[in-house]
Amino acid sequence: MIGELLRPFEFEFFRNGLIVATMAGALCGAIGVYVVLKGMSYIGHGLSHAIFGGFAASSLLGINYLLGAGVWGVVSALMINAVTRRRVIGSDAAIGVITTASFALGLALFALFGTGGRSFDAALFGSILGVGLDDVVAIFVVSTLAAVLIFLRYRALLFTTFDPEVADVAGVNTARMDALLMVVLAASILATMQVLGVTLIAAALVIPAAVARMLTNSFARMLQLATGIGAVCGFVGMNLSYHLDVQSGPTIVLVAATLFAAVFVVTGATGRRRAAAIAAPAQ
Amino acid sequence: MSWAAADGEELLGLAGVTCGYGREAVLVDVDLAVHRGEFVGIVGPSGAGKTTALRVLAGSMRVARGSVTRRPGLRMAYVPQVETINWSFPVTVRECVLMARVNGRRLPWASRAERAQVAAVLEQLDIGDLADRHIRELSGGQQQRVFIARALLGEPELLLMDEPTSGVDVRLRHEILHLLDHLNAGGLAIVLSTHDLNGIAAHLPRVVCLNRSVIGDGVPHDILTTDVLERTYGASMEVLVHGGMPVVLDSFRRHPPHPHPHPHADADPDAEAHVHSEAHP
Repeated sequence: MIGELLRPFEFEFFRNGLIVATMAGALCGAIGVYVVLKGMSYIGHGLSHAIFGGFAASSLLGINYLLGAGVWGVVSALMINAVTRRRVIGSDAAIGVITTASFALGLALFALFGTGGRSFDAALFGSILGVGLDDVVAIFVVSTLAAVLIFLRYRALLFTTFDPEVADVAGVNTARMDALLMVVLAASILATMQVLGVTLIAAALVIPAAVARMLTNSFARMLQLATGIGAVCGFVGMNLSYHLDVQSGPTIVLVAATLFAAVFVVTGATGRRRAAAIAAPAQ
Repeated sequence: MSWAAADGEELLGLAGVTCGYGREAVLVDVDLAVHRGEFVGIVGPSGAGKTTALRVLAGSMRVARGSVTRRPGLRMAYVPQVETINWSFPVTVRECVLMARVNGRRLPWASRAERAQVAAVLEQLDIGDLADRHIRELSGGQQQRVFIARALLGEPELLLMDEPTSGVDVRLRHEILHLLDHLNAGGLAIVLSTHDLNGIAAHLPRVVCLNRSVIGDGVPHDILTTDVLERTYGASMEVLVHGGMPVVLDSFRRHPPHPHPHPHADADPDAEAHVHSEAHP
């Protein structure tokens, strides 16, 4: 039994996949706290779809997809941030147009010119098989950058997330904080796309944060819990993905969803009240 | 109540300020100066631009025309309307208050000195035992004190407050007013916006009547007059003097005047209750 559980560790692709999935879970868990509390879940979902367009274009042009989709993702993130902050038009509508058009472009490019050697399914739903050393390096770099940002700008990010107007008066450059968060979100989506898939990344952002919220009323503890929960879901999900022969993205998300359901039941009315508060943040 | 007098040094000033949202001007040609130790109430109807004026004073809103001058190095703090707070946000009282220390130490956790300062300011506001409670688990008065504590932790010289007594009962209004009076007596300049003409504005040393422009600015006895209030609110009001203070009555009448009306029959219920409480403290 133990031997069967440890057998996949003999394979380098699995070890790489496990490292990436665990770090991806932790990264999405931490960033997801800000995404959820700022009411940006839709932006996270849309941005992952927008990056798919860049993924398709870079595959066809023969550019490293991390670079091509990365530039595409950062530009999309900053556009979404600008639209959201300036409120020129309805932000939901603008985000819908930008992100779904980008996703549709990716689908059209793949349909017209083929996938350029990359797996279409892997991009959409995640795959353990496609994880290479460059993915390990990418997730390590993005996780380190995100950790440094959160550590050094913890107070400014918390103030901006909770009370942006007063944070602005207190001297926090809230526009810069929002832009930094969007860039880190785009980079996180890009670095985790290989194991989670663009259609399921939003769940990895939202579920660990929602579970953590049900367990605590403290922001610091929520951040720690969401990071840990994301890492555990990534680790367990990737192992299950191998043994059940199911794509890694769905498996990781189903593990997280199962944990959510368990915590929802165990925490009772308190957890439900806190979870409901996540679903409807004050405007 | 004993209100601290201004010593004359100007902390903040608006000169000919016009601004708004999009193309719609909310404030037009507004002049307003705030001096050290002053306690100023901005009153006006809904949509008059009270919150916008506070935002301009706080520096969180750009002006289209005119100028905003601040004394160099001025330390300001802003307390938003409690209705704008996300009470479901996962933050304890200690975490909330510590946000004021955003520009000093970079590390996420509080230093020993910061913990002591947070404990001291919470004690000062009589909420010292609530540091680890979630902000939603507090009473209305305690919630207001948490945000005042956050403002005070930054050791401001000027406190800007948006509707600090909005939606609170008479007892809590008195509690907040006494607290602000105490802080003002210690030298803190305060500018607040309020709808509450009798409960708050009439007690302050200086009232500014605002409706897009400044209609009146001075001591309540001179400013809370029928003429100024009608021009501010666009509705007729009566002003009585009770115990040396102006008392504003809404003179709206649903029916034709009764031949022998009760003196307060058409008064706003809140104003009437206040007159009563002033008469029998």
